[in-house]
Amino acid sequence: MSEYQTNEYDVVVVGAGGAGLRAAIEASADGVSVGLVCKSLLGKAHTVMAEGGIAAALATTDDRDDWKVHFTDTLRGGQYLNHWRMAELHAKEAPACVRELEGWGALFDRTKDGRILQRNFGGHRYPRLAHVGDRTGLEMIRTLQDHGVHQGIAVHMECTVVHLLRDAGRVVGAFGYDRNTGRFRVFRAKAVVLATGGIGRAYKITSNSWEYTGDGHSLAYHAGAELMDMEFVQFHPTGMVWPPGVRGILVTESVRGEGGVLRNSLGERFMFKDIPELYQKQTAATEEEGWRYTQGDRDARRPPELLTRDHVARCIVRETKEGRGTPHGGVWLDIAWIKEKLSNAAEHIQRKLPSMYHQFKQLADIDITKQPMEVGPTTHYVMGGVRVDPDTQMSTVPGLFAAGECAAGLHGANRLGGNSLSDLLVFGKRAGHFAATFAKEHALGAGGDDGIAEAARASLRPFDESGPNAENPYAIQADLQDMMQANVGIVRIAGEMERALDGLAKLRARAARTHVRGHREYNPGWHTALDLEHLLTVSEAVARAAIQRRESRGAHFRDDHPAKGDAYAKVNFIVRKGKDGAMEVSSAPVPEMPAEHKQIVKEMA
Amino acid sequence: MPKATFQIWRGDARGGGFQEYSTETSEGMVVLDAVHQIQAEHAPDLAVRWNCKAGKCGSCSAEINGVPRLMCMTRMNQLPVDKPITVEPMRAFPALRDLVSDVSWNFEVKKRIKAFKPRPPDAPDGTWRIQQADIDRVQEFRKCIECYLCQDVCHVLREHLLHEKFVGPRFLVHIAALEMHPLDTEDRVEEMAQAGGVGYCNITKCCTNVCPESIKITDNAIIPLKERAVDRLYDPIAKLLRVLRAK
Repeated sequence: MSEYQTNEYDVVVVGAGGAGLRAAIEASADGVSVGLVCKSLLGKAHTVMAEGGIAAALATTDDRDDWKVHFTDTLRGGQYLNHWRMAELHAKEAPACVRELEGWGALFDRTKDGRILQRNFGGHRYPRLAHVGDRTGLEMIRTLQDHGVHQGIAVHMECTVVHLLRDAGRVVGAFGYDRNTGRFRVFRAKAVVLATGGIGRAYKITSNSWEYTGDGHSLAYHAGAELMDMEFVQFHPTGMVWPPGVRGILVTESVRGEGGVLRNSLGERFMFKDIPELYQKQTAATEEEGWRYTQGDRDARRPPELLTRDHVARCIVRETKEGRGTPHGGVWLDIAWIKEKLSNAAEHIQRKLPSMYHQFKQLADIDITKQPMEVGPTTHYVMGGVRVDPDTQMSTVPGLFAAGECAAGLHGANRLGGNSLSDLLVFGKRAGHFAATFAKEHALGAGGDDGIAEAARASLRPFDESGPNAENPYAIQADLQDMMQANVGIVRIAGEMERALDGLAKLRARAARTHVRGHREYNPGWHTALDLEHLLTVSEAVARAAIQRRESRGAHFRDDHPAKGDAYAKVNFIVRKGKDGAMEVSSAPVPEMPAEHKQIVKEMA
Repeated sequence: MPKATFQIWRGDARGGGFQEYSTETSEGMVVLDAVHQIQAEHAPDLAVRWNCKAGKCGSCSAEINGVPRLMCMTRMNQLPVDKPITVEPMRAFPALRDLVSDVSWNFEVKKRIKAFKPRPPDAPDGTWRIQQADIDRVQEFRKCIECYLCQDVCHVLREHLLHEKFVGPRFLVHIAALEMHPLDTEDRVEEMAQAGGVGYCNITKCCTNVCPESIKITDNAIIPLKERAVDRLYDPIAKLLRVLRAK
């Protein structure tokens, strides 16, 4: 395939957010050649948006914390559908990963004795999030970027992968295009790491940028790998709801960690009305106790605003549905009230939540030190992803690895805030290491040429389309987002999801007729058309898995099955491409924990 | 809400010009929303770079009515809508297509700056102790989102095209963050003065004025770096001492 520019690497990493950068750095440190391919410019990936912090049991702020508590918190948050081994590795290795970042120049906020300061977050028993104000993601990605550019990694920016090359049952490279030139590129590799992030663009209201079209999920699926837990999509409880242009932009959980409270239009702290059984013992009995918790009182229990994200999001939906919402269909998030408690409240808020202060001031004319914010749920994260080996992060297809949001297993039915950044570090590092190991044990594969020719043909088709049936890719994307939001959103019901499947089939037929204008150089209409394949694939995976799980658990809530179902308590749903090309869903038992881990869970309860 | 008219630069490295579009505005709309609306309705191939849409990634830098700004943080109600709003790419960099400019030079410059090199951990637990007061300034610099608006507005780059001799405000902030980092042991003063060209900055503060993160680029980063360069390279007494010591 000499007609396309071809690069050869031992390891190709697709995606340059936290997981991709960390994987590339590790593989490079292991002495193999690394190509890092990313859709945007380096340092712009969605990791930059992470605000609250990195969860790691450093125990600098509360010495009662250790990996066992973090492990147990993660499992409880994930409703025990997590892979125990990933939860264990994550809890054990996160502290070293955070300290490693410090050694690469990251500057976290400090405790009085000069150590890394940790903050409270939903579902974490102790203050556990290493942070920098509310711009932790920026600190993390910039640190990795600035370290990474000195490690001899070849970076291919603004380059999008549309197809994985396969040869004799293994993945041997990737095929994509340069945004700037529109020219096709071939990357030959002994191992490929997917670190492409999430699927938020499948929904209308989302905190995710244009990039998050489920590329890694879809690439892996079409390469024959299995996806898992796709029914679990996290709707973050607090996104901006007004004005319309900013709808969905994230309002960090740190607002609640710092003492912010949720109220309905009647002024009630409605979160006190519904505290799940699993968290009864850990939740504050009074508003006063909740406040003391946010201020570091070790004897106080956390306020119900800091319950897990799935629960808080559903409570907000209930308040608005029952007519106790704000004028624009959200609820109030109030941090300004802490002026009753702190004399320097305004200054304190600006120091602890600088990005939020500016975001509301600039985009909504709201001064959060004086007024409450209007917030509602926004599509934020997908727990589901490529099914991987917990230690090596290799998918069910040899040579193909996945890490970060596009991999499944760590978070189970619901991710705790702060566990994403640590996930990226721990499993990015592991994926990089094991991909490098795989690369050392294998030669470059030669095949995949048929796939290249077909992918090139399919990619160029939208330029040839014409006639009255030609479709606008932006319109199809918007219709898909509307439909997923309405039918496979926070509250789900079988009939609606079945309708979504019909709707997806129709959208797929339309997507085969997209037409794009202009030429191939930096043409966003064309890029939108090519991203549709991924969006359709992941949307179908979410809908099919969600139909199968006839219960409510974690982020997945079924109005027609509102309770947890015993039959589903120890089951993960697996999505794969069947022999006939149709999507298949099957169930697999959640891997059984060893006795000593069960003992830890028991002790911590 | 009224309709707004835009003059959007369309073209590439070979040249281009403004094209007029009009679109409905809505409450709270930002310029990036309007550009996306125009893209979906009239110009599907209109090239624009963006990601977070919340002022955190620094991708959607452009010149709006001639002023370097982030499109996602520029509210329509801050602009006069009675006349056309002009939107064009950053002009200090080569045009790629439409609103997208080629910022690759910035990535090359950063690679040339010596990496962070910490002193060995010296706390008993194998880490470091750092006081918050000692990092407030560096944390200010590390707020930088690399939007390159400061590079775009800087006349040393924009008008005098001294890209080969001057790294620009962004990378002086980067160097300052490294130099003032309490753990760093590397010395970049000489390279900053020579290859970095800190002397070219004549402190007009244009960069500070356009910084979306309100980093006091000139006062807090560039002036202290200039002082370090002067102390090291041009202080006559220090120079004499060096000569004497060398003997």
